[in-house]
Amino acid sequence: MLRYLASRAGQALVVLWITYTIVFVLIQTLPSDPVTIFLASDAGADQELIDRVSALYGYDRPWFEQYALQLGNLLRGEFGFSLSTGQSVLERIGSVVGSTLALASTGLLLSVLIAIGISAIAFLVDSPRLRAVIVAAPSLFSSIPVFWLGIVVLQVFSFQLRILSLFPDGSLLSLLIPALVLAIPVSAPIAQVLLTGVEQASELAFVKTARAKGARPMRVFWHHVFRSSLGATTAVIGTTLGVLIAGSVITETVFARPGLGSVLLRAVIAQDVPLVQGLVFLTTLVVVVAALVVDLITPLLDPRVLRSVGTRGVSRLGA
Amino acid sequence: MPRGIGALPLPGPATALSALLVLVLVAWLVVPGLFTSYDPLVGDSAEVFLAPSVAHPFGTDHLGRDVLARVIHGTTQTALTAGLAVLVGLALGTAIGLASSTLGPWADAISMRVIDALIALPAFMVALFVVSAYGAGPVSLGVGVGIGSIVLFARVTRAEVLRVRALDYVEASKLAGAGYFRQLFGHILPGAAGALIALAVVDFGAAVLAVSALGYLGFGTPPPTPEWGLIIAEGRNYLANAWWMTSLPGTFVLLVVVALGVLGRYLGKVTRA
Repeated sequence: MLRYLASRAGQALVVLWITYTIVFVLIQTLPSDPVTIFLASDAGADQELIDRVSALYGYDRPWFEQYALQLGNLLRGEFGFSLSTGQSVLERIGSVVGSTLALASTGLLLSVLIAIGISAIAFLVDSPRLRAVIVAAPSLFSSIPVFWLGIVVLQVFSFQLRILSLFPDGSLLSLLIPALVLAIPVSAPIAQVLLTGVEQASELAFVKTARAKGARPMRVFWHHVFRSSLGATTAVIGTTLGVLIAGSVITETVFARPGLGSVLLRAVIAQDVPLVQGLVFLTTLVVVVAALVVDLITPLLDPRVLRSVGTRGVSRLGA
Repeated sequence: MPRGIGALPLPGPATALSALLVLVLVAWLVVPGLFTSYDPLVGDSAEVFLAPSVAHPFGTDHLGRDVLARVIHGTTQTALTAGLAVLVGLALGTAIGLASSTLGPWADAISMRVIDALIALPAFMVALFVVSAYGAGPVSLGVGVGIGSIVLFARVTRAEVLRVRALDYVEASKLAGAGYFRQLFGHILPGAAGALIALAVVDFGAAVLAVSALGYLGFGTPPPTPEWGLIIAEGRNYLANAWWMTSLPGTFVLLVVVALGVLGRYLGKVTRA
């Protein structure tokens, strides 16, 4: 187990190092450096100012020095500085990240509930026609444009029913409704894994035995079907975080919520590359750490995993 | 297994409808003017905010432009940007997948690490990063979205090559002394092409979704050029009085993405049969 832990943590570090390198290469392909791009639209910026700021950010050094410098900063937990405000990336999002975390975690929770609901109904209904409709739900959910769903929901709840304020007012409803919009696409991959589990579990000996013994269907679902797909479900939740981040940013924009989304989009519009770059690293770090945590707890949920996969990492299975 | 017509799974009604919708899209892309007589850019100031009717199936917008005409003409921008994204993903992904599966254990180990890293990078963040570095516009948007799908194509290519390479006729050509490129282009790539085409169709749907989301945020083509995401964004300010400006184009985008998914999965089944 200890070897498994160490090998997974080592893999995570390698992944982070390669993502850093990929982003670094992308910046090197730019026709000029980020400071010149940022100040190009600013009429008051002369060459002297550009040179001074470039030197401040280290863009005037040869590429290998930049590579080592920025990597060293990242290892010390420094994600860079915004060109627009001069604040560090962490300072920039520190005041608003709580709102994003609230939305994302509520959305994730709701998406798991939706996925469990879909798979439970698919397991319990007898009509094959009805089951075909339910099984098709996840691929429909993953095709819905989140920004459009948000607009439609806003239209119905704010303009028709008038129960949701147009701007977030701190009420539970102003968190729950955007979270529900976010949960729809996020629930799709989770539901797909659970549905596969339902399909396979129906063939497993212990499920057949439980059914033959006359256990109630709901009990069979929770105790046997759901438990045996718990490992794969946790794994897919780890890989869904990218969708969750994208969905949160878009949902925040539609519902005019402050958070990561507003900071990120303003940075993209201003072409504040160092800030966007820092946010890319930060979200990648979240994804990698989540995948690591998932890999560490999956063997606890389902001991079969460790025996079959060894030290190669399990999140790959669900990806 | 023989690939005769008899072995193909018959397309169901959902597949047939999806194929029809995709055909309509292709027609809109090639000759948009044949399908609407309205100008997508210039409106009629006497016809602002008209609800959907026979003359204007999707209604008209705040400038009196026919919304359906904007959706039809918007096909060009959205489809070309999404197409660029698929091309980027297909080209780079196939290259990584081929390197990983045909150039020996070292190349495989390195490619797999790169694939792991690409899985960890959130695709949406990468797209925004490319847009912030290169400036908003259809080209940077297409490339940015495409980087996110490299990993899909790399994995499928790798798996397909490993499968095809073990087939008898490829083994036979190798024993007969065919060189690396002859094996690759003569046998391995044609064998893997079916799965890659099916994936490209599914990925095109995902790219349409991503491109219209980023177009909605204002990072695609600038107004007044019609683009699906931008059309929906323009309707955002008129939710109270013109529901059709957002609801109908959005439903249409949803149907397109669903249709491409259905069609891609059918092609996947056909190529595996």
